[in-house]
Amino acid sequence: MSASPLPEELAPCPDAIRVTGMNKWFGEFHVLRDIDLTVREGERIVVCGPSGSGKSTLIRCINRLENHQSGQILVNGIELNANLRNIHKVRSEVGMVFQHFNLFPHLTILENCTLAPMWVRKMPRAEAREMAAHFLEKVRIPEQADKYPGQLSGGQQQRVAIARSLCMRPKVMLFDEPTSALDPEMIKEVLDTMIALAEEGMTMICVTHEMGFARQVANRVVFMDEGRIVEQNEPEAFFHSPQNERTRNFLGQILGH
Amino acid sequence: MDFVDTFLNMAVIQRVLPMLWLGVGNTLALAFVTLSLGAVAGVLICLIRLYAPWPLRWLAIAYIDLFRAIPILVLLVLIYYALPFFGIRFGSFVAASLALGLAFSSFTAEVFRAGIQAIPRGQIEAAEALGLSFPVIILRVILPQAFRIAIPAHTSNSVAIAKDTSLASIVAMPDLLKQATDAQALAANPSPLIAAALMYLIFLLPAVRLVSYLEHRYRPI
Repeated sequence: MSASPLPEELAPCPDAIRVTGMNKWFGEFHVLRDIDLTVREGERIVVCGPSGSGKSTLIRCINRLENHQSGQILVNGIELNANLRNIHKVRSEVGMVFQHFNLFPHLTILENCTLAPMWVRKMPRAEAREMAAHFLEKVRIPEQADKYPGQLSGGQQQRVAIARSLCMRPKVMLFDEPTSALDPEMIKEVLDTMIALAEEGMTMICVTHEMGFARQVANRVVFMDEGRIVEQNEPEAFFHSPQNERTRNFLGQILGH
Repeated sequence: MDFVDTFLNMAVIQRVLPMLWLGVGNTLALAFVTLSLGAVAGVLICLIRLYAPWPLRWLAIAYIDLFRAIPILVLLVLIYYALPFFGIRFGSFVAASLALGLAFSSFTAEVFRAGIQAIPRGQIEAAEALGLSFPVIILRVILPQAFRIAIPAHTSNSVAIAKDTSLASIVAMPDLLKQATDAQALAANPSPLIAAALMYLIFLLPAVRLVSYLEHRYRPI
């Protein structure tokens, strides 16, 4: 202990996310129980578990779309509490991609991408458009910039949603079942985009049932059940020698044998 | 005396036409003031109704309920004939604008509330997750989508209120109906009333068509 030159709080590479002793209730229902989770910068976490296990709620707490009732959540060292300034600061640095894309239907693809940079970062329009074009290129749909979301396929819409988040140059990306609402033939194009992002070193937390994706890009797989983190491990160990009975059951069901 | 001489007497209509045009002008002015001020007030009241702290929210609900429940004619009579007893005197144009505007703003508030509440929750979540502030979310994400949803019902209410401008004639405002009844008395012939009816139709038939078009154009997908 005394050998450590610096207290952990002053370490040069702080944790991107640190959740300690966090609990959340929906009314009477105890949806998250004693959650402890630390995510280092550049780490890629996959969260899985049966439906209703609280995995979506957990990542929605990390940008305070849901508020927690006890415990502490630090994002890039900023504590999430009722302080609106903190909430806005965290949200402007944490991107989120939703199951149902949630693009703004009345704005073009380009306008979807420039809205937040212009209004949150106060970026001039020309610069915001340039950056949006750059990220649309990156998710490989630059030619759709002037269309409306309704004119795009689900897979394209989800890639736009990723580009829209990236335009805020987030430090952390949260993915809430990003491929669950997609037709099977569109899942790959979205996963490929996410893999490319992971390879660039983006800090990511993904709630997903895509175990192939977990194997390929995750540093760590977190398994949740009934509001608790039951088990977490590196993908190799997680899939080959799950420690917990419930993890084994879940993997047995989802991997189909 | 035959039918044409009685109801479609061109000589009479010709003579009272300036009176009728004055009425058209006043009716259009009243409709314009009511529709524009009422719409702006309605959207503001709707936002208070949905997002303000509870004492204000309750006031907004009370306002909306009261002015949706009270007949516009009764409201107009109260404003024009009862308020002077409290020393509050309005001219007939202001009284009519006020009565129609109070009613129209409460209709508008309800139509836009329904429009806003029909926007999927995920829209607001996506906007919040991007770090947008509340005013920006309202102006750039919520209201543009609510307008689209509310436009057919709002236009329909606008046509209804435009027709109700004729109520102003009972507080002696020289609107189209009042001018026509005066002209009828003057000429001792009902032809000016027929002319006025046709003038109302010239303005309102296209408006009704517009409502149908908008209902088709913005129908829920």
